Amino acid sequence: MILLIKNGRVIDPANKIDAVMDILIEDNKISKVAKNIQVKAETIIDAENKIVAPGIIDMHVHLREPGREDKETVASGTAAAAKGGVTTVLAMPNTQPAMDCPKSVELLQKIIDKDAKVNVLVCGAITKGRLDQELTDILALKKSGVYALSDDGASVDNDDLMLEALKKAKQARVLVICHCEDKKLSGKGVINSGFNSTRLGLRGISNESEYKRVKRDIELAEKAGTCVHIAHVSCHESVEIIAKAKKKGIKVTCETAPHYFALSEDDIVDYDTNMKINPPLRTKEDIAAIKAGLKDGTIDAIASDHAPHTENEKDIEFDRAEFGKIGLESGLAISIMELIDKKILSWPELIEKLAVNPARILGIDSGVLSIGAAADIIIVDADKKFVLDKKSIVSKSKNSPFIGRTLKGTVEYTIFNGKVVYKK
Amino acid sequence: MIWTRKDLLGLEYLTQEEIELILDTAESFKEVSTREIKKVPALRGKTAVNLFYEPSTRTRVSFEVAAKRLSADVINIATETSSVRKGETLIDTGKNIQALKADIIIMRHNYSGAANMLARALDISVVNAGDGWHEHPTQALLDIFTLKEKLGKIKGLNVAIVGDIAHSRVARSNIWGLTKLGANVTLCAPEVLIPVGIELTGVKISSNIDEVLKKADAVNVLRMQFERDEGAAFPEQLDYFKKFGITEERLAKAKKDIVVMHPGPINRGVEMSSEVADGANSVILEQVTNGIAVRMAVLFLVATAKESKTGFPLSRE
Repeated sequence: MILLIKNGRVIDPANKIDAVMDILIEDNKISKVAKNIQVKAETIIDAENKIVAPGIIDMHVHLREPGREDKETVASGTAAAAKGGVTTVLAMPNTQPAMDCPKSVELLQKIIDKDAKVNVLVCGAITKGRLDQELTDILALKKSGVYALSDDGASVDNDDLMLEALKKAKQARVLVICHCEDKKLSGKGVINSGFNSTRLGLRGISNESEYKRVKRDIELAEKAGTCVHIAHVSCHESVEIIAKAKKKGIKVTCETAPHYFALSEDDIVDYDTNMKINPPLRTKEDIAAIKAGLKDGTIDAIASDHAPHTENEKDIEFDRAEFGKIGLESGLAISIMELIDKKILSWPELIEKLAVNPARILGIDSGVLSIGAAADIIIVDADKKFVLDKKSIVSKSKNSPFIGRTLKGTVEYTIFNGKVVYKK
Repeated sequence: MIWTRKDLLGLEYLTQEEIELILDTAESFKEVSTREIKKVPALRGKTAVNLFYEPSTRTRVSFEVAAKRLSADVINIATETSSVRKGETLIDTGKNIQALKADIIIMRHNYSGAANMLARALDISVVNAGDGWHEHPTQALLDIFTLKEKLGKIKGLNVAIVGDIAHSRVARSNIWGLTKLGANVTLCAPEVLIPVGIELTGVKISSNIDEVLKKADAVNVLRMQFERDEGAAFPEQLDYFKKFGITEERLAKAKKDIVVMHPGPINRGVEMSSEVADGANSVILEQVTNGIAVRMAVLFLVATAKESKTGFPLSRE
C-alpha cells in the first residue's frame, strides 16, 4: 500500500522541517519526505493549504474501559481520538478494576488489541486500587507493559509512600505522573475559590490545594533522583514552582489542558456542569500564566484530560455532578484558536507541545515524520470553522463545555500506522 | 414596565426596575391581608406546588398563605415521602409536576443552583425559595420591602448585614437587591464568615460591629448556619455574641431609630439578645407579615408573565 500526501505544509519540529513538501508512505512507514515526489501511489491526498504534522500524542485520556463502558470504551474513545487527530493516547488507570496489577493490564491490553483505532498506551496505578494505602508491584506492572504510573483522579497523600513509589519507579525505569491535589485543602470544593464561587454559592477549591502538592512532588522526585511529570497544571503558582525547579535542574515535566488556557471561572455563568472540572477552571491571571508557561517552555505538553461522563452524571445539581469534560475532539481546534491565532506559539511550537514532547516524556518513537518512522500523521485545515454540536461528537459521552461554540481548525485526515483511520 | 420572566431565581439576575416592580406590586397586595375576607381571585385556577427539599416551616407556610390569598390551589410535596427518596432526579420530579399541569413550582433546595437548573429544564414557572448558599430572593425582597416601608426609601441608606455571610443565601440576595437599589451595604462578621471576593459586589467589609452600627440606618442580623457546613471553622458561640451580638448596650450607641431585622429563626443569645429581638427597633414580625405581600407579588408576576421565554436569567433570550 502506497500513500502519497502532496503539497501540504509539513511541520516536523523534531527534524526542524517546516516547508511545503510531499510525504510518501510505504508499508505503513514514512519512506520519503521531499518536494514534488513523483510516484505511482494507490492513494494520493491533496494537502494543499493544509498542515501536515505528526499525529497528536495525548498523554491524559480516560477511556473508562473496563468498568464504565456506559461512559466510554476503547472503541469509542479511540474513534474520538482519531477524529481529533490523536494517534496515541495514554489511558489513565482509574478504571474498574484499576490498572494496579499485570492481570488487569493484560485484560485491558486484550481489549485494546481488539478494538483500538489508534495507539493506546496503558498507565498503571501507583497504589493498589488507587486507595493510597499500599504500593502496586511497580516492576511487575512495568513488565506487563505500562508506560507510566499515576493514581490520577487522586493524589498520593502519604509523603513516604510517594517517595517509595518514585524510588521504585526509578528502578523500574517508568515515569510517574502526579495528579496534584491536597484533598485536605480542596475538600468538598467544586469550582475555583473566588468571586464566582461566592456569587454562585458553591464551595471553592484554592490554588494552594494544587501548587502545594506540585511543590511536594517535585521535592520528592529530587530526593528520589528521578523524573516526575505533573498532570493538568491549572494555576499560576504551579507554573512558577515548575519553572523554578527546571531552572534548578530537577527532572520535572508537565502538561496543561486546553480548557485551562481557553476557559476561566467566569465562564461558569449558570451552573453549567460541563464546566465542573478538577482542577477547576481558574482566573484570567492563571490563563495568562499558563500561556506564558507554554511559550517559555515551562509547560512541555498539552493533553486533553478527556473525562467522559454520562448525561445522568452531569444533568443534576452542580454539587452532585461528576468532575470532568471530554476533550479529544476539540483540543486541537482550541489550541489553534488560543495559541496560534493569539500568537502565543508558532505552528512548530504547538506540534512540539502536542506530539514531540509527549513522545519524549513517555519515551516512545512517535511524534516525528522521519524516514522509517511509523506513519502517524494528521492533515489539518487550520482555517476551517465548525460548530461543535452534540450530534457530531463521536465519544460516547457528550460532556463538552464547548458545545454550541464555533471552533476553528478541522482535522481532515488522521493516518495511524500508515492507514487512514479518520477522514472528514 | 411589564414583567417578562417566568421564573424568580435570584436578585442578581434582576434589574433595578424589575425589583421595584415587585415591591410596588407587593404594596398593592399588602392590603388584601387586612381584609375580612383575605382573598383575591388573581390566580384562581392556577396551581402552585411547594417542593421543599429542606425542612422549612416559615417560608413554606408564607408561600402557601400567599398563594391561597391569590386563590391559587396549593400542593405541598414533602420530599421525605416522595419518589425523591427512591432516587428520582430533580429534573424528572419537575417534569412530572409540569405534566400534572401545575403552573408554579416553589422550590427550596439544599444545593446551590438547583432552582436555575430546574427553571432551565421546565416551561412552567420556578420560584426559588432558597437554594444552598446561593440566593433566597423573596426573603431579600421582603427585607427590602420592610425597610422601604419603615424608612421611606432605599437609595442612600446605610445597611449593615451582620453574621454568617459565607453560608447565607439571604445575605447574597440582600447584597444584590440593596446595591441595585442604591443602598450602601456594609458586611460585618469574623473574617472566616466573609466569603472570598464579595467586595466585588460593591459592599464594604468591617469586623467592628460598634463602628458599623454607629452609621447604620438598618441592620440585618443573620443566623449562624451551623448546619450548612460541617467541619467549617465557625466562631465559638459565646465569643461570637461578645464580639458581634446585637445587644441593647450596642444599640444605645447606634442611631435612635435604627431598624433591626432578622430573617429568622433567631438563635437568641447567639447573634442577637432577646431584648433586642423583642425591642422597639425590631421589625422581625413585620417582616413575616410583609413576606406574604411580597410572595403574592412574585407568584402573581411569574404566573402572568407576558413573555415566558425571557424568564431565564442573564440575557439568554
